[in-house]
Amino acid sequence: MSKERIGVYVCHCGSNIAGVVDVAEVARWASEALQDDGVVVARDYKFMCSSLGQELIEADIREQGLTRVVVAACSPHLHEHTFRKATERGGLNPYLCEMVSIREQVSWVHTDRHKATEKAKALVAGGVERVVHHEPLEPIRVPINEATLVVGGGIAGIQAALEIADSGYPVYLVEREPSIGGHMAQFDKTFPTLDCAACILTPKMVSVGDHPNITLLTWSEVEQVDGYVGNFEVTIRKKARYVNEELCTGCGICEEKCPKRVIDNVYEAGLGYRKAVYRPFPQAVPKYPVIDTKNCIYFERGKCKACQIFCPTKAIDFEQEDQIIQVKVGNIILATGYDLFDARRIPQLGYGRLANVFTSLEFERMCNAAGPTNGEIVLRDGVTKPQSVAIIHCVGSRDRNYNNYCSVICCMSSLKFAHLVKERTGAEVYNFYIDMRTAFKDYDEFYQKVLSEGTHFIRGRVAEVTDAARLPGEEGKLIVQCEDTFIGKQRRIPVDMVILSAGLEPRRDAKEVAKKFGISCSADSWFIEKHPKLDPVATMTEGIFIAGACQGPKDIPASVSQGAAAAARVLSHIQQKELSLEPVRASVIEEKCSGCRICNGLCPFNAIIFHEDRRVTEINPALCQGCGTCVAACPSGAITGTQFSNEQVLAQLEGLLKIPVNGSSARLPEPELA
Amino acid sequence: MSEPFEPLIIGFTCNWCSYRAADLAGTSREKYPPNIRLIRLMCSGRLDPTFVLKALAGGADGVLITGCHPGECHYLEQNFKALRRYLLLRRLLTQMGVEPARVRLVWASAAEGVRLAAEIDRFVEEVRRLGPLNWPAVVSENGAEMPEPATEVTA
Amino acid sequence: MSDNGKPRFGMYWASSCGGCEISVLNIHDKLLVVDEVFDVVFWPCAADFKYEDVRGYPDGYIDLCLFNGAIRNTENEEMARLLRRKSKVLVAFGSCAYEGCIPALSNLTSKADTLQAVYLNSPSTENPSGILPQPRTSVPEGELEIPEFYHTVKSLGQVVPVDYTIPGCPPEPHQIWAVLETVVAALKGQADLPPAGSIIGAGQTAVCEECPLTKNEKTVRRFYRPWEVKPEPGLCLLEQGLVCMGPATRGGCGALCPQVGMGCRGCYGPLDGVEDQGARMLTALASVVEAGRPGMDEHTLEKEIEAVMDTIADPAGTFYRFSMAHSILKRARVNGNGGKPGLQSGSGE
Repeated sequence: MSKERIGVYVCHCGSNIAGVVDVAEVARWASEALQDDGVVVARDYKFMCSSLGQELIEADIREQGLTRVVVAACSPHLHEHTFRKATERGGLNPYLCEMVSIREQVSWVHTDRHKATEKAKALVAGGVERVVHHEPLEPIRVPINEATLVVGGGIAGIQAALEIADSGYPVYLVEREPSIGGHMAQFDKTFPTLDCAACILTPKMVSVGDHPNITLLTWSEVEQVDGYVGNFEVTIRKKARYVNEELCTGCGICEEKCPKRVIDNVYEAGLGYRKAVYRPFPQAVPKYPVIDTKNCIYFERGKCKACQIFCPTKAIDFEQEDQIIQVKVGNIILATGYDLFDARRIPQLGYGRLANVFTSLEFERMCNAAGPTNGEIVLRDGVTKPQSVAIIHCVGSRDRNYNNYCSVICCMSSLKFAHLVKERTGAEVYNFYIDMRTAFKDYDEFYQKVLSEGTHFIRGRVAEVTDAARLPGEEGKLIVQCEDTFIGKQRRIPVDMVILSAGLEPRRDAKEVAKKFGISCSADSWFIEKHPKLDPVATMTEGIFIAGACQGPKDIPASVSQGAAAAARVLSHIQQKELSLEPVRASVIEEKCSGCRICNGLCPFNAIIFHEDRRVTEINPALCQGCGTCVAACPSGAITGTQFSNEQVLAQLEGLLKIPVNGSSARLPEPELA
Repeated sequence: MSEPFEPLIIGFTCNWCSYRAADLAGTSREKYPPNIRLIRLMCSGRLDPTFVLKALAGGADGVLITGCHPGECHYLEQNFKALRRYLLLRRLLTQMGVEPARVRLVWASAAEGVRLAAEIDRFVEEVRRLGPLNWPAVVSENGAEMPEPATEVTA
Repeated sequence: MSDNGKPRFGMYWASSCGGCEISVLNIHDKLLVVDEVFDVVFWPCAADFKYEDVRGYPDGYIDLCLFNGAIRNTENEEMARLLRRKSKVLVAFGSCAYEGCIPALSNLTSKADTLQAVYLNSPSTENPSGILPQPRTSVPEGELEIPEFYHTVKSLGQVVPVDYTIPGCPPEPHQIWAVLETVVAALKGQADLPPAGSIIGAGQTAVCEECPLTKNEKTVRRFYRPWEVKPEPGLCLLEQGLVCMGPATRGGCGALCPQVGMGCRGCYGPLDGVEDQGARMLTALASVVEAGRPGMDEHTLEKEIEAVMDTIADPAGTFYRFSMAHSILKRARVNGNGGKPGLQSGSGE
């Protein structure tokens, strides 16, 4: 007979649970069969999470003197907090409440009403047995360092950094390229308004560069992250630029004098050149160039030094070494962006083989007035204007051979390309698409505008781009072979130029980065948000937020919104000054510890310390993350873990085993006939 | 047999990957048999082999251990410890006459609701094929609880 | 108490090797003190009393009864019940009575296989007509009866309630003496008896606490059998790959085995609050195995770990060498499901 007085609350969740589980029967059963375990009241209610539902719990705690609460409803990941709060309002310690998931784990996944109901009873029995062993706990309070680390200097990271810095708090912005700006800096016009990317981005970049609260660390990468929310310690490698930033004025003479020309595969997407000492683009922030040691003649052959000779401020320093910088921050925002799908992976589309097949990024650079063609839309020969252009959507997206997902931006950027081609060359434009996706403000209007400009839209996946002419008029052209699904026919469209709207992919090193920061990746390698709808910029790891395309494909407005949203979340942490953490922690019962040191090497967070003098082990609760690996490893049973103690788990197990799958448990009393 | 054998399976999930995979299976209405009952731990590294032994001794016919994929553990590499314990435990169970197939380790990321549901499905069927474990009877046959003399042995 | 005012002492030997009795004798001349203080009323190994004598005693006649040996057959159980009734304080003395010990390792197999091994297959056994012990045998003079052999070995506590437990295989003489001193003092009203049900004559922490070998953070890349390596002196054996049950075993013995280069066997059983000593050792050992790295594909990962586990000979026998009867599973399942006929394997039927 339990000495606790337990209330059991079974939620209907409208028909979400009650449609499959006989909730009234579960409550009735709990009130009778689990009496010996301490259940004094069991109720079912339409929506336990509603204020009325919560008040039921509060009233019972007060009136019936409950000491424990079990709520059988949805996943604890959704409403554990809600019911803990209700328990607290009723006058109990919030951790004396246990949630049992009979929606995600029962009604939504099972169909047999009887078996589902029996399983729900078993889960309730498990919860009841477990809750007896709950202890009143106090959340762990941690102070929040006011500084923030933003990783990635694209538009999402820039936005986040500025929001926080403008609020008066320090930001470290780390970018691995020589300049911030990200992909947006490469674009010419932005849809659907067609304003120039540089015009709207550059002021923001300058603000970042000038901001007294932002420490800008470009040409730098995060090496290691230690600590936990509020108290991260981050190790950053500032790669050698071979340019002394204190002396450099950004005059650009070194670039001018450098004799080595290198194809620029990054910023110019391979369409243009840069020098071995370079800034990716004229508006680069910071203004300091870097020396690309792989191509620098001095680093290759030990001679040249033209840059050093001509530098008016003696800023070139060939002896510079990588610097390791340690910073302490309270929160981290990851805005590491995306990689463009490599169109070479689809050989039948001809990129890399057929000269006049271009990628979307190449085309962006071509359109840019400051780009390699000075904004002229020309064929690979650099002079010929195309008479006809094919734009292929969904390259590497919505294709089970490459990426199943929709890359979100390609429809709109393909429409933008169609418009730019029309506007600047007057060529015939053919857009090959699967479905036209122009959601969001003013997007569909833009589509209609492009339609009215006379662009041809062909609905169907392109099978092949070839230069093998078969029909008259195809000689010397690229032929786009495609099924036109509207007329149900194969078509061959000869064109001068093909633009491939390549999809967005997670960064190649996304998994490593995720691991470094202790967050998770989806199967595709996008970073996983805490909740897909309700918590899209937080992660499962407290204090680590994500913004922009690293979370999934998105366009500029969405990236900016996320950057700002992540900043708001960080600011909320900072303003709270301290955070409450779940008190899931391990601790050593010193009298039971023999000093065997089995556990000493098991903690990845270095929370386990061995005291040589006393020959006992101790766990630092500030560093402990509560995984419980040491609890499970201790051969003496000398380590316990709050909220997941052996007693709690074993009691729950006992409860779960009480009822067979088919029901008909011996403990189940027959319902009394009225 | 009056009723077909319905195996009772205890599943251990980690809070970050596999429990969320179970949540996702729910939200995406993936169906799997009701024979499994899940216990949430923070990490598969919390899985004490004692839990598995208790489940089997207490009447479970099978135990499914789940966690994040190697390299994706929320606690960095604690699931490696789970794997090491599981592989040693399986050897012990074999010696104890428990078919190793009754205890299985499955990795499931938070995104793999469908996969988790399919693994549960497969596991339930496999344990169903193995038949009841009924450990209380293994012990009670002239065991600790009920010291009846054993059946006679003749030469 | 006897008429002479001395408390009455009994000791019994069920399924055991006799080591416990010798351990009592190993308190040497202090044995004379025992004789001085106690009135021995039953001790088959040392004094000539018959079962019949015990049956004749009134209930609760024996003040202190040390029971060693596991419950292997009907005779063991009958004596356990009898001595329980006749004793005020019944002590499970030694590992067999406490947790099954070596006899309980036969729980890994069936009764039939055990009998077969002992009476037919053992190389030192001559039994050409293949005779196995029978509970009842008819001879011209009538029917002979011998105790019936159980399928599962149990501990004393699994048959009757036990007041105290003194662990060890065998319990160390200095610990036995310490317990006897306490009991004597308590009987004289000079000390309190320990709380009922407790484990006495042993420590509260694992063997490592008493073990003088140097311990470091542990990682083990493979395990060795004791004869495979010569351990480096002064260094924790486990760190050298020698399976040592010390971390999962109650101390009190003085860490005698590890000090002479032999890993702790585990005879003092689990620590307070631990239900299954084998599971604790298994999880601890597996936790410090260094095999498989992040980034490996899952197949290679498993293969690497399995290769290390291959070097642990006989996990069940190692981890449950003394505690099988008290383990969670208690015995192995032989020939399919429990509780059904045909449980025994071999040529029994």
